[in-house]
Amino acid sequence: MELIPMEYYLVVSSIMFFAGIYGFITRKNLIAVLISVELVLTSTDINFAVFNRFLFPGHLEGMFFTLFSIGISAAETAVAIAIIINIYRNIKNVEVRNLKKLKD
Amino acid sequence: MDFSGFLMMRDEISLVALILILLLYDLFAPAKARKVFQPLACLLFVVQIVITLLPVSSLEAFGGMYQTTPAASLAKTLMSAGTLLVFLFSKKWIEEKHEIAQGEFYFLTLCTLLGMYFMVSAGHFLMFFIGIELASIPLSCLVSFSKKDGLSAEAGAKFILNAAFASGISLFGISLLYGGTGTLYFSDMPVALQGTPLQIAGMILFATGLFFKMSLIPYHSWTADVYQGAPTQVSAYLSVVSKTAAAVALFTIFIKVFGGMAASWRPVLYIIIILSITIANLFAIKQKNIKRFLAYSSISQAGYIVLGVVAASPQGLTGILYYMMVYMFANLAAFGVASLVERQCGNAEIASYNGLYKTNPWLSVLMMFAMFSLAGIPPFAGFFSKFFIFASAVQQGYYILVLIALLNTIISLFYYLLIVKAMFINPNESPLPRFRSDSYSRIAMVLCFFGIVLSGIVSFFYNKTNDMATESMEMCGLSRPKAVEETLDANPVPGQTLNTQGSTAMNATASWPSVLE
Repeated sequence: MELIPMEYYLVVSSIMFFAGIYGFITRKNLIAVLISVELVLTSTDINFAVFNRFLFPGHLEGMFFTLFSIGISAAETAVAIAIIINIYRNIKNVEVRNLKKLKD
Repeated sequence: MDFSGFLMMRDEISLVALILILLLYDLFAPAKARKVFQPLACLLFVVQIVITLLPVSSLEAFGGMYQTTPAASLAKTLMSAGTLLVFLFSKKWIEEKHEIAQGEFYFLTLCTLLGMYFMVSAGHFLMFFIGIELASIPLSCLVSFSKKDGLSAEAGAKFILNAAFASGISLFGISLLYGGTGTLYFSDMPVALQGTPLQIAGMILFATGLFFKMSLIPYHSWTADVYQGAPTQVSAYLSVVSKTAAAVALFTIFIKVFGGMAASWRPVLYIIIILSITIANLFAIKQKNIKRFLAYSSISQAGYIVLGVVAASPQGLTGILYYMMVYMFANLAAFGVASLVERQCGNAEIASYNGLYKTNPWLSVLMMFAMFSLAGIPPFAGFFSKFFIFASAVQQGYYILVLIALLNTIISLFYYLLIVKAMFINPNESPLPRFRSDSYSRIAMVLCFFGIVLSGIVSFFYNKTNDMATESMEMCGLSRPKAVEETLDANPVPGQTLNTQGSTAMNATASWPSVLE
């Protein structure tokens, strides 16, 4: 069976990565910002898995890294959501533009 | 690896034991016994610091995933000592504001400390990534520790989102490095690094995570906000302990892994140093809030520290470790005084320091010493630390860079003196009334005081650091790529053993064997 070439996967992961960066900069809602960060983290998981499968199939280093990275990003999201909920309790919304008490 | 190898990880094991003891004690101890929680925690932590002080040799465990060197061990001791000082400063604050959550504060802080331990002695990118995440996720909880305080929550959100973003970019860099080399071990990677565009992109993206942790200029935007919003003790922790870990890890990884690609990263660091020092200094001048002020000052201090990485020599490593030690005492003293004053007057404006000397002379004198040390005025330790780190860069021929850094110390002197002027000269009708701080803070302040005064004059500190750093660099040399080793053997440079006698570092004219050119 013909495999999908590696470049196609890398294009997908790169698009996800830059979409995540774009979203992080432009989104107006904290949850949306968090989702963008998750896009960045997930794109790296694809990268690891693809490099492992196509270039270095002898070892499983990339796959393990993917597993750890998924776990850690889940933890990170949990904490981030907890903090966002705390913000909601304090100022009753989660818009980025209302987080302006700390500035020069 | 057998069981004895496992025991060599005693720094981490003792810290894990301490974390578990404190967690279980906090959970199960009866209400009466919980009153002694904080003294007990500090006491056990002192024991842990003594354990990290035991001499270590270099070793690898878990097939090279964990590596330790004397320099890494010294860095761990420094981080633990800094954390202990933070604990001493935060006792009263915890009791007053967060009586119920005191166990959590200690638990979270020690968890981040464990992550930093792993960052410093990682031998594999997975280990390093877990370390840096373990160091930043609980830290964001600490930043938003004052739940009812809107500023703290806002700082927490800014910190966690920026940290996650930086670690995502850093992770993308690691994945490119993996694709370009096929390995993630620090010891295997240099052989496979030829400086292809993919590898360079991976390296720069990877370094983002560390630059973020050190809050160097393109990645600094979170620093001032987070330092201002976070509880003062947590800001102190962020500015000292977190930076120590990142600086040592940056040095280790850039030398050990990317040593052969120095031509690619030197210009990057060069620009980052100039930007960090200059821009942060200019911003610090106009700050009205002491915590924001200290944040910008810490950004510029981080710029000085990276000078040691650019030097990429044993003197550079010595400079970094010694600088961190001196900076720890001075910065923790400044933050400690800031937290005491903030608790008394309820705000962190620099204006509330006006006339502090009249009512609280000892606090003012300590703050003045801290400021002088940060600025680098001769009798204090800060002068010597700056001197050695500049010297290490000059030895490698970075004259213009060091000149710019020197000019910036003059600018920094100006804004540090603004604080001293506020305390000693500015008139104030109603200065802060005289107050007596709690005994734990006083112990911490005395320790900081002697640290600031003695760590510069007593040459033991520098010599010891230098011995450890030199020893570690020699071990580091063992794991260099083969191609580089051959060039080393071909042109033996007599400078390699010159600075083993401690303070001769300044006389060593020969540079570290130019492996990195």
